[in-house]
Amino acid sequence: MGSLTPDFRFGNFVGSIVWLVFVILALVTLLILPIIFFTLFYIPLPVVDGEVLTPYLFFSMMVDPSRTLPIVQFFIHTDLFRAAIFPGFGFAALIAAATIFVERKLLAKMQLRVGPLYAGKVEGIFQLLADGLKLLTKEIIVPSGADRPIFWLAPIMYVSTAAAVVALIPVASGWVVADVDVGLIAAFAILAFFPLIALLFSWASNSKFPFIGGLRALHQMIAFEIPFFLSALPVVIMSSSLNLSDIARSQNIFWNIFILPINAFVFFISSLAELERIPFDLPEAESEIVAGWLTETTGMMYGLIQLGSYLKLYALAGLFVVLFLGGWSGPQIFPPELIPGAHDSNLPLLQMIALDGLYNPVTVNGIFWFLIKIIIVILLMLIVRGINPRIRIDILLHTGWYKLIVLTFINLFVVLMLIYGGVIGPGGLISAR
Amino acid sequence: MSTLDDKINEINRLAIQITKDNDDDRLMNLSIGPQHPGSGHFRIVIKVDGDYIVYADPDIGYVHRGEEKMSEHRNFIQNIPHLERPVIHDSTNIIYSYSLAIEELIGINPPRRGQFVRAIAAELDRLVYTTYWLAIYGIFLGHSTMFMWPTGDRELIIDLLERMTGHRVTHAFSVPGGVRNDIPYNFKEKCLTQINYFEKRLKEYEDIFYNNPLLRQRTEGVGIMNKEDAIKLGVTGSVLRASGVPYDIRKVEPYDVYDEIDFKVQYMKSCDTFARAYVPYLDMKESCHIIRQLLDKMPDEGSVREKIVGNVKAQPGETYRRVESGRGALGYYIISDGSTKPYRLKISTGSFRNILALPFLLVGSKLGDMPAIYWALNYWPIEADR
Repeated sequence: MGSLTPDFRFGNFVGSIVWLVFVILALVTLLILPIIFFTLFYIPLPVVDGEVLTPYLFFSMMVDPSRTLPIVQFFIHTDLFRAAIFPGFGFAALIAAATIFVERKLLAKMQLRVGPLYAGKVEGIFQLLADGLKLLTKEIIVPSGADRPIFWLAPIMYVSTAAAVVALIPVASGWVVADVDVGLIAAFAILAFFPLIALLFSWASNSKFPFIGGLRALHQMIAFEIPFFLSALPVVIMSSSLNLSDIARSQNIFWNIFILPINAFVFFISSLAELERIPFDLPEAESEIVAGWLTETTGMMYGLIQLGSYLKLYALAGLFVVLFLGGWSGPQIFPPELIPGAHDSNLPLLQMIALDGLYNPVTVNGIFWFLIKIIIVILLMLIVRGINPRIRIDILLHTGWYKLIVLTFINLFVVLMLIYGGVIGPGGLISAR
Repeated sequence: MSTLDDKINEINRLAIQITKDNDDDRLMNLSIGPQHPGSGHFRIVIKVDGDYIVYADPDIGYVHRGEEKMSEHRNFIQNIPHLERPVIHDSTNIIYSYSLAIEELIGINPPRRGQFVRAIAAELDRLVYTTYWLAIYGIFLGHSTMFMWPTGDRELIIDLLERMTGHRVTHAFSVPGGVRNDIPYNFKEKCLTQINYFEKRLKEYEDIFYNNPLLRQRTEGVGIMNKEDAIKLGVTGSVLRASGVPYDIRKVEPYDVYDEIDFKVQYMKSCDTFARAYVPYLDMKESCHIIRQLLDKMPDEGSVREKIVGNVKAQPGETYRRVESGRGALGYYIISDGSTKPYRLKISTGSFRNILALPFLLVGSKLGDMPAIYWALNYWPIEADR
């Protein structure tokens, strides 16, 4: 219903637009452009294709297709791109968003209902966007008596810690944000922060149900951290490296899951417990302790923690793929060139369509197989939620301490036997090296 | 804490001690409800020592609506729609015993076909109630699929009842003297199809829920209430039958046509939470069996309602009639002074009897067992508050 105010004058309307344009132009010319130029004067500009990347060159590259590819090529090899976009946060957040949508649809199908349907015309694909917008517009309520700094910081800490685990996951050969030599230990060390954040947050919210939830999170960590470490130990023994990329590379003959099925199972169960997903969602058990340690979260605070937990899901699924499913290894199915003969031709547009210089068949193949595997692992993690009730805390501790630890040792001894027998391991009968 | 009396003494002693030294740092005081996902219209005040519950006090009365007093100001027919409000999912059963009591006071007998139709409606409502109960039991234990499946299948039975009575949930179908109206012409075939499908689904419920090892771990051997305790505490229905007492009003004092029906009283001897969760499921299976027999034996022709005048006068006297509802024995005690309204009407509900067992089951168990034990008591807060 287009309604006009009673005192509407067209001249005033035009005048306000002209005034707005004037203000913007004045601000840009007097303030923003000088700031940009002063900044550019003091920072060293990168060299692309033998030329210094000035703003003018950047604009010319946007117009000329033949000069676009080098700048893109330059950018995808910067650390910023890696951390923010491709193997890092952006990619993981995209997968997390897809996971949330798939989870809702998959659970809906399992439970004989429809799931999100209306937002975004096609099967409700924009439901997540709508939910995010809703959470953004919600008021954030801080309970009285809360420890304000920690209460505000904890959700951000949660997301950034999850992103720190994501940074360690290699997606393809050489495509990892942080290629740490002790990558596996680093991943476990960062993962151990989550219960502490939960406990801090629950303590800071000054409420009973969050406090019980935080304590439960701590119990869960104690119960499952040790089988979690131990199940990854034989992998390290077999590949004689803690670097996650090296671990993935060492599986190019056979995947670890064929030798270590029990450990893969234990790792899977433990990662479900780490993720606080059903059946291990004790810290958030809604029929017992309202929403556990998330009880006092409101608005985007809750949204951030959810984003963090799905980033964590991606990271743990990635860790599973790297440790047990051979990382990015798989048969080469991509052709050496996207369009044959594009490299030798002189047509810049054809080269651009063929992504000449950007397209690396080995990398693309690695990413493809990694994605296939991670989707399967994530789906397995999601299905568990549909078929199981919540476990009880004493059964959880009993399972963690008595059953899973013993199971990990069984497979550890099998691996040691095979290594001393000279079957696998460095210099073995079936060995990569 | 060997016997029930010891446990009662222990609870009383703890209650006194806790109220004396209220600032005991060891214990945490939790108020589960009335606004809590694990309790609706109801509150349990719990004191936990670590993870163990040392004191539990069910606090009922949040939805007390004075149904009994309201009944004294309306005549026997006007009472029907508001008396089914306490448990709308089981509305035929809560009106069933009222109809039986009024029939006894007025001195009429419903026609044979009316008795059969009433029994079919009661059994279908038992299915509606129990599927709803099972759905909530599923979500209480964190099993979201078990919430969705029974809720979805419940719709099919509700459709059936809608065809039968004209209303989805609150039917006001059973009236003194029979049922309000006759069933539609092809109801029998529709009902059989639906019941056959529902029995198939019941098998799937068992596979995904009752045979799940995690559920078994959580419920087996938890909240034990043995035979003697159950009888002493006065619990009824599935809770009593789960404690090994084969007690079913349909068998003990058969009403209408139940003495012609061949069915077993489902009971279990394990006395634990799993038994209390499993007996309603067995009841549902038995209900399907009963409905099939009722449809088979129902006479095809005949009236379904004995006509009475709208403002009927009852003979002076008193009566107590009860039926087996989804939650156990549901009885009406009605005193009539010969006028058109009841002089006094008292509803004895299964929920109110069952909730009395809650403190004895909760004390000594873990906080995580609270939802499992509480909802397995087959308790409907609104019915208990009346």
